[in-house]
Amino acid sequence: MTTLTDPPSESFRLSMLIYDTRYRAITFQIIALICFLLFFGWLISNTAQNLADLGKEPSFGFLMEPAGYDINQRLIDYNNQDSHLRAAFVGLLNTLLVAFLGCVTATVVGVIVGVLRLSNNWLISRLMAVYVEMFRNVPVLMWIVLCMAILIESLPAPRAFRGDDAEASMKLFDTVAITNRGVYIPEPLFSRSLGDIPVGNLFNISIDLIAILIVLAIGFYVSHRIKLKADATQEATGVRPRTWYMRLGVIFVPLAALLVILGFHLGYPELSGFNFSGGTHLRNSLIALWLALSLYTAAFIAENVRAGILAISKGQTEAASALGLRPSITMRLVILPQALRVIIPPLISQYLNLTKNSSLAIAVGYMDITGTLMGITLNQTGRELETVLLGMLIYLAISLAISAVMNFYNSRVKLVER
Amino acid sequence: MSELAMDTPIDRSAMKVSDEVAIEIRNMNKWYGQFHVLRDINLTVNRGERIVIAGPSGSGKSTLIRCINRLEEHQAGQIIVDGTELTSDLKNIDKIRSEVGMCFQHFNLFPHLTILENCTLAPIWVRKVPRKEAEETAMHFLEKVKIPDQALKYPGQLSGGQQQRVAIARSLCMKPRIMLFDEPTSALDPEMIKEVLDTMIELAQEGMTMLCVTHEMGFARQVANRVIFMDQGQIVEQNEPEEFFNNPRSERTKLFLSQILGH
Ligand SMILES: Nc1ncnc2c1ncn2[C@@H]1O[C@H](COP(=O)(O)OP(=O)(O)OP(=O)(O)O)[C@@H](O)[C@H]1O
Ligand SMILES: [Mg+2]
Repeated sequence: MTTLTDPPSESFRLSMLIYDTRYRAITFQIIALICFLLFFGWLISNTAQNLADLGKEPSFGFLMEPAGYDINQRLIDYNNQDSHLRAAFVGLLNTLLVAFLGCVTATVVGVIVGVLRLSNNWLISRLMAVYVEMFRNVPVLMWIVLCMAILIESLPAPRAFRGDDAEASMKLFDTVAITNRGVYIPEPLFSRSLGDIPVGNLFNISIDLIAILIVLAIGFYVSHRIKLKADATQEATGVRPRTWYMRLGVIFVPLAALLVILGFHLGYPELSGFNFSGGTHLRNSLIALWLALSLYTAAFIAENVRAGILAISKGQTEAASALGLRPSITMRLVILPQALRVIIPPLISQYLNLTKNSSLAIAVGYMDITGTLMGITLNQTGRELETVLLGMLIYLAISLAISAVMNFYNSRVKLVER
Repeated sequence: MSELAMDTPIDRSAMKVSDEVAIEIRNMNKWYGQFHVLRDINLTVNRGERIVIAGPSGSGKSTLIRCINRLEEHQAGQIIVDGTELTSDLKNIDKIRSEVGMCFQHFNLFPHLTILENCTLAPIWVRKVPRKEAEETAMHFLEKVKIPDQALKYPGQLSGGQQQRVAIARSLCMKPRIMLFDEPTSALDPEMIKEVLDTMIELAQEGMTMLCVTHEMGFARQVANRVIFMDQGQIVEQNEPEEFFNNPRSERTKLFLSQILGH
């Protein structure tokens, strides 16, 4: 005998697959999956058949052949005898570089513009509105080309820096040269360098850099511990000790010590002949792309930030004021924690948009993954399907990685309710 | 309008009004742009007084009490709270805000913080009270408003009446000497109105100075020692509740009372 709480057992009938809510959803999902698989199976076998008929069986062997083309903006060593794979890798690093720089700049500019647009100052809020409307209503490609044109047309040529009564001069105590061929900035050099670690045979990672990162990480960790201690003191006594100088100290003092040990110094760009040598050369293509992508995306982020802050009702600020909380604390403990929850999901899609828009790099000759793998490599080898599939896979991987990181962050600031 | 349950006998003798002045408003005027919201307001509130402010919608009741803790700025005249004049001086504003508590129509609890954290936020960051002490105070007041068992929940998990009681407890945690209420029950269902009014009555019996904008005339009769009637930005009439309800002097008051009491 069964207990009273057991549901009456019902014999399974085939019609239940469609009429019973317990099985109905599963039935339809299985049918959809089968249709989907059939369609793609047909598409792939058909394509493979057609390619085989043309004598172009899908193969990724071409990646190992010498690329035979030059890439001027690159983060790792590369020459035209290296393989297509290495060229693609150079391109990938360039994509990551401009996407990273762009996301950081766009966030900073976007948050500032978004907050300023809510300002009570009529002029400032109008100016910010004009900025937002100008950038988000014109295709980003135009902005990229315009930035490039401005850089090339309006800046002095390196030869203008020559001679005793030169037309142009270097900026920031003669350390930075801004020319129509790009910007030359000082490069960090280590006279007692610890050397490099090779990663596969793809590229080398500087041990100096690793050491710096480790020291920084430890510094931030200790600084965080000091903050936790301050929190505890505040909880116990009500008074928050002043710790900002200690917190900055534990980060910067060890870092400075390490830099001295490594013999850190700057290599300055110098004019030699008709061009600059030494220092780090930021090409116009990179700067134009970075600038245009950042400013364009910042316009969208500004709108998200504005919407996020507006979404937190005025009542919250009033309640906090009525309790005597000062505006800075209200912003930090009441408004921002709630606004972030509204801002982050659209922020994720802005980062993804920026990364994907960076594929327009080819317009100004910046060799990213699209320009290398899906541009020159594709042209030289005629492997459309393989290169496009690889390219899509790479963008997909980058995008998923960005989403994963941001979603993790989002889940930590999410509002707990019911 | 709900009739207040009369089963709780109210001991009015405990509600003493002292001679000490808590709030003094002299010739206060306020404009929104061209619109003259408050005209020549003169009002003196002694410590321990329970004042109910009534009047038609748009008459400036909310604006008046929001001026008292500077959520709105007045443009002419003086407001003196506990001997401190409200000016644009931040120090004065901070001092007054920490002595004046306020409850809003829509509660305005912080949805991302637990009930307990809602109650301890201001004591910790404004009064610099150690967390443990702040939590003990918070629990004390949550017990007083009869919801200590909800302390670890979030505002979204509570009913409207419970939320308003938390809002009252949150204000009380700052140990204010004056409480302002802006229609604390008008967003609530009838059953919940009573629990909030009971809390307010208890507060009145302990001698809290209260200014309350409300349409609960039962509450006004039972608790208030003065009813103020406002219309078009002016104080038209003020009197003891019995006199106010039975012998209203101005025509506008009569009209308002006939509408709100449904005669
Ligand atoms: N920020 C503002 N800007 C312009 N006018 C306002 C503002 N706030 C309120 N007013 C106007 O001031 C007048 C008084 O508003 P207030 O909110 O004080 O009225 P109230 O008596 O509280 O009304 P209710 O009973 O509807 O809450 C109204 O006519 C309103 O339209
Ligand atoms: Mg109002």
